[in-house]
Amino acid sequence: MLVFLLRRILQSIAVLLAMSLLVFVAVYAIGNPVDIMIPPDATEADRANTVRALGLDRPLWAQYALFLKGAVTGNLGRSFAFNVPAMELIFERMPATLELAIAAMLIGVLLGVPLGLWAGLKPDSLAGKSIMTISILGFSLPTFWVGLMLIMTFSVWLGWLPSSGRGPTTPLFGVPVSFLSVEGLRHLLMPAANLALFNLALIIRLTRAGTREAMLQDYVKFARAKGLPDRRVVGVHVLKNILIPIVTVIGLQFGSVIAFAIVTETVFAWPGMGKLIIDSINVLDRPVIVAYLLVIVALFILINLVVDLLYSVLDPRVRLAER
Amino acid sequence: MAAEPGTAGALAAAGEVGTSPAAETPWRRFVADFAASRLALFGLAMLVLLVLCAVLAPLLSPQNPYDLAQLDVLDSRLPPGAKNAAGTMTYWLGTDDQGRDMFSAILYGLRISLGVGVAATIAALAIGLLVGLVAAYASGTLDAFIMRVVDIQLSFPAILIALVLLALLGQGLEKIIVALVAAQWAYYARTVRSAALVERQREYIEAARGLGLSHSRVVLRHLLPNCLPPLIVVATVQVAAAIALEATLSFLGLGLPITEPSLGLLIANGYTYLLSGKYWISFFPGIALLVTIVAINLVADHLRDVLNPRLQR
Repeated sequence: MLVFLLRRILQSIAVLLAMSLLVFVAVYAIGNPVDIMIPPDATEADRANTVRALGLDRPLWAQYALFLKGAVTGNLGRSFAFNVPAMELIFERMPATLELAIAAMLIGVLLGVPLGLWAGLKPDSLAGKSIMTISILGFSLPTFWVGLMLIMTFSVWLGWLPSSGRGPTTPLFGVPVSFLSVEGLRHLLMPAANLALFNLALIIRLTRAGTREAMLQDYVKFARAKGLPDRRVVGVHVLKNILIPIVTVIGLQFGSVIAFAIVTETVFAWPGMGKLIIDSINVLDRPVIVAYLLVIVALFILINLVVDLLYSVLDPRVRLAER
Repeated sequence: MAAEPGTAGALAAAGEVGTSPAAETPWRRFVADFAASRLALFGLAMLVLLVLCAVLAPLLSPQNPYDLAQLDVLDSRLPPGAKNAAGTMTYWLGTDDQGRDMFSAILYGLRISLGVGVAATIAALAIGLLVGLVAAYASGTLDAFIMRVVDIQLSFPAILIALVLLALLGQGLEKIIVALVAAQWAYYARTVRSAALVERQREYIEAARGLGLSHSRVVLRHLLPNCLPPLIVVATVQVAAAIALEATLSFLGLGLPITEPSLGLLIANGYTYLLSGKYWISFFPGIALLVTIVAINLVADHLRDVLNPRLQR
């Protein structure tokens, strides 16, 4: 276990380093932010001053060395556009994205597992088939378009829910969250549902397939033969066994939910990291782009590690050290 | 969905179309198996129709949406079914903010969306195929290295990779294709490698090697054709994914330039007017996008069953 952990951590650091180099070279080698930042009527001296202030006159390797030194100490440079440290900006926006992502995952799991179980237990019933049709639609519908249609239906036509923004936030342990107030929840509901759609479809499929397979296993027959009620057979015996792939997927999907939040946040003007990166790309705010990418890569590596560990806890057959 | 997968289903399907066992070729069996699912046939018909619409867009559309001379600002944001200012034509799906006929714009947008999706898929397929075959055939360190790269890339969502690339490259038709290829080649590489690893253990590869054929000939003429079935399935699914991804990126303003509006860009264009109740500018291109993706997925879903050797014989 310890060997596995150490190896994984070393590997993660290597990936992070490689990514940082790639990101740095790519982001810094292309595009000149100075043109965007200074007014067109600025003099040549102003221009040179800006270049020097941003450290853009130094050779690339020196910029990278500086950048790496900064990255280790959590200082990835100041945002060109906001003139605050890029990391600060990312961390300021992170709670909004995490809240949205967690809400979406919750919707996906709390709806997806029961619906998948139902479809798996009665695959030929009308309900079972309808659930599967919904899941196919969930895979096919482009997220951003569904978001627009939600806004059109619930904000424009019915006027039930607000179309954009996060609403008022309430501090929870110093972190601003939306879900503690009714108005905040109203703002959260539509974006979360939109973001949840793909995962909902995925979890329904997985649960259904797992349930169908598990229902044919000997342990289910045995549990039935013991005279256990259906509720217990499904709720305890079946659920426990199909949970392994589901937990893995939920864990891995959490990363892509955060990535896809870029789309949902743009549609609903949700003030998270995703909206920040799109805005930053549009004004070529390099430090923010780089900081976002490194934070995302670190997040993904962390998620993968946690999923692997969780997997070994849930499934004793998996021995991590041997892999 | 239709015939139960397995011996009975495959036989019944072959029997229905009346092919005698003597005349049965792999191609005919494939066609018969595929035709056994009505849903898949429906999807295929939809797809053919959409491709025809895209190819024949200049002939079918009442207006050339790229020709600014044909657009009339007085006709902007008209609801579906409205007549133009001169009263000579009807905008069945309404017009956008530039007075562009939505029906024409959708046909031309479909052309771009399908074109980008197919081009990106073919390029990604070619690269993935090559890399996967090399990895499987070479084995050892090279294989381990390639698969490590593939694994790391696959642990990041395609949208993130494409987004980063577009952020660096800027807008443009060829740039979005590059981004889509970069986001998708790894899927093919992994599929080909796993298929090739199984195939290279077979006797015919050993025989080909024993005959003293060159490496490239063994790989390209013997190994490659036998790895194709799973690849076709992945490619079909990925065309749909590529189209959806392009639409998403264009919606975010990172994909195609406004001069060449794909379906995603048309939807983005209508986003601003959605809040004032002018739904049609976003709604109809979205429907076109949705129908395209569903049609491809229906075909892919059934292809997966038909081409899966484990479900046959």
